[in-house]
Amino acid sequence: MSKIDLSIETDDKPAPPPKHPNTCPRCHSHYRDDELERALWVCAQCGHHFPMRARARIASLVDQGSFSEEATGLHSEDPLGFFDVRPYTERIAEAEMSTGLADAMIIGQAAIERQPCELAVMDFAFMGGSMGSVVGEKFSRACDSAIERGVPLVAVTSSGGARMQEGILSLMQLPKTIAAVEDLRDARQAFIVVMAHPTTAGVLASFASLGDVLLAEPGALIAFTGPRVVEQTTREKLPDDFGLAEQNLRFGHLDAIVERHKIRPTLGRLLRLFG
Amino acid sequence: MAPSEYELRLRERLGRLRNVPLLGGAKLSGELQRLQRQLDRIAEEPSGDDIWRSVELARHAHRPYTLDYVERLLDDWFELHGDRRRADDGAMVAGLGKLGGRTIVLVGQQKGRDIQERTRRQFGMPYPEGYHKAIRAFELAERHGFPIVSLVDTPGAYPGVAAEQHGQGGAIAASQAAMARLTVPTVACVIGEGGSGGAIAIAFADRVLMQENAIYSVISPEGCAAILWRDAGEAKKAAAAFKPDAAHCLELGVIDGIVPEPAGGAHIDYREAARLLGEALREAFDDLEGVPGDELRRRRRARFRSLGVFA
Repeated sequence: MSKIDLSIETDDKPAPPPKHPNTCPRCHSHYRDDELERALWVCAQCGHHFPMRARARIASLVDQGSFSEEATGLHSEDPLGFFDVRPYTERIAEAEMSTGLADAMIIGQAAIERQPCELAVMDFAFMGGSMGSVVGEKFSRACDSAIERGVPLVAVTSSGGARMQEGILSLMQLPKTIAAVEDLRDARQAFIVVMAHPTTAGVLASFASLGDVLLAEPGALIAFTGPRVVEQTTREKLPDDFGLAEQNLRFGHLDAIVERHKIRPTLGRLLRLFG
Repeated sequence: MAPSEYELRLRERLGRLRNVPLLGGAKLSGELQRLQRQLDRIAEEPSGDDIWRSVELARHAHRPYTLDYVERLLDDWFELHGDRRRADDGAMVAGLGKLGGRTIVLVGQQKGRDIQERTRRQFGMPYPEGYHKAIRAFELAERHGFPIVSLVDTPGAYPGVAAEQHGQGGAIAASQAAMARLTVPTVACVIGEGGSGGAIAIAFADRVLMQENAIYSVISPEGCAAILWRDAGEAKKAAAAFKPDAAHCLELGVIDGIVPEPAGGAHIDYREAARLLGEALREAFDDLEGVPGDELRRRRRARFRSLGVFA
């Protein structure tokens, strides 16, 4: 039995990467940028859901002009002076440059189909959507903002897990975000989670699993431990749909799988029900 | 005479420690002596070699496990079995016992000594069933007003197909959420490996302690090395980089105190290791004595919500 515990990692990619970001990894159809954008990054041929960036996600969900971002000034620090083959600070700087984001989560006030809510959206492009101190703090503030304004919280997750460059402090973001959700629950505000590909490890083992309603996009990997690590450590034969949203729904861990273009109306309906 | 470099470093540590949210609490002003004791423990910054020594001691085959401490610390131990849903997870132990004459609930991960027991207890890696068993024990404690001791010793939650199908991530989240709701005093101690989500699942406590040679980390050194160095053989370098040792965890405010071990490590003298752990547990519970339940819960949540470093 190997002692290797890879349960929290950030580069757990279940499918081989497509040759080109605009090529569908499932049916190999190729699209122009504007075609993909218009289709909300869903393959018109086979329905494969491409990764979606946080800003585009927000634009696809909220009423036009209703989003007002919060906690924009938060940036990661380097509490451990972490250095692997490159310093953590360099990895952050590079992620900031390439994504135009301050960290892997955007939070803010919004309205969806005229229902006011608080929104917290993750971006996998920022260091694998990993949860460090900034993501933990932003999510907690989103809970507080929802409590303060008396509105529900909607979170869209996409993350490889905790950010190991922040060491044990990244693990502490699990209880931190859970404490915030419990405060939200005490205030009797609804919490709706949309799990996008992938929602794994530390994020699944914390706030993402605690929504009143759990939705997922088709084909999203939703697992505490990803398939590669399970295979390596246990040498078990994996079922074809191991860890996918479809399997999670069958085993009772999700309420519904919702295609991307139906997420906004679904959230609108849920917000009306909880409102 | 000018203060020595050693003294300056201590002073600086003291200053930093005072800024650590929990240690800076009002109750602490009268406890300088205890703080000083903790300070002495972290006076010397552990080197990469020291950290690796902790990793090896934390995983030592003869290190005392949860039930070794139960045997030496608790009277009238009665073990609870099963999660009341579908199974009894051998990697997670729960039960009732008396600590210093008072009934408590104890939960903890349990590794095995021989190959049969190791297999039966999955090397201390719980399935979701193990976390549901812990939740059941937490709720029992809450109903009856029993304080909770939680002993953490796991390489991580079990990474298998059935574990995923039974909802590993959700179970770990639910266990922490259950602890976040408790109004009884809770003390957790990492007694060996505090491996990632599998560990924090039962460590959302009012006081979090670590034995001197225990480790507490977001990922195993091998796992971190495999990802960032692309070579699991670089585990020692990885451990030196993410600093899973008790001294660093105390400095970061993640734990509240370090429990000393007998010279050479807990495996040298089980009785002495248990005595020292018992003393630390009693001290922690004394500290929580008389705090109303809803205030305990408020402070517990505030404690964890304050963890993190950002600008």
